[in-house]
Amino acid sequence: MATQSKSSILPTVRVQREDFDLQAEVALLSVGRHDIGAVVTFSGLCRDEGGRLEALELEHYPGMAEAEITRIADLAIERFSLGGLTAIHRYGTILPGENIVLVIAAASHRQAAFDAANFVMDFLKTSAPFWKKEHGQDGKAGDWVSAKDADDAARTKWTTDR
Amino acid sequence: MTKLVYFAWVRERIGRSEEELSLPATVVTAGDLLNHLKGLGEEYEMALQFPEAIRVAINMEHVEHDEPIGDAREIALFPPMTGG
Repeated sequence: MATQSKSSILPTVRVQREDFDLQAEVALLSVGRHDIGAVVTFSGLCRDEGGRLEALELEHYPGMAEAEITRIADLAIERFSLGGLTAIHRYGTILPGENIVLVIAAASHRQAAFDAANFVMDFLKTSAPFWKKEHGQDGKAGDWVSAKDADDAARTKWTTDR
Repeated sequence: MTKLVYFAWVRERIGRSEEELSLPATVVTAGDLLNHLKGLGEEYEMALQFPEAIRVAINMEHVEHDEPIGDAREIALFPPMTGG
């Protein structure tokens, strides 16, 4: 009997300056496969914070950023029944309306796909080494974005729920 | 010599993104390192005045402040992360 080990799924993880193509990334996970019944995508975009913000500057720790997102993706693959998982995070200068992050979870059934995408984002926000700095419309480099307690709480719920 | 790397406002306040330092034997844990650096000058003091807010990674893995630094190749200091 052929049993597929969960660990045989390798996540696609990329940390890049350039934009990503959501449709193309979904196709890479699902085209030609008949075992995928659900694809959940989350994309995070840069807001202008009510017109106040001109751009976000995303700093990252090269090497560790990729390693940490891969670690998080592997945790998700271990925990949820997935057919595929993609996580892409951009760095550099990002303008309002532009993409920052993409998570795609593909599974046979929707619950695993929803849960995995949510899980990856909750962990990514609190443990992937990225930092946002705001650049205002007034041309001044503003403040570093502060970490939110709500993000820590969102992550902690995954370890206390079960 | 140990390679130290800094990110975000820790980097800005210290005024450099990385450096090689020779650490005294009294620096055993990540927390000891933060205390040691605070004594090296005003810029370090400003960056590390609230050490509990500083996150530490050894060889690109998150660690708690009580983690021994051992023979770490690279130690990173940075604020809580705000990606996503």
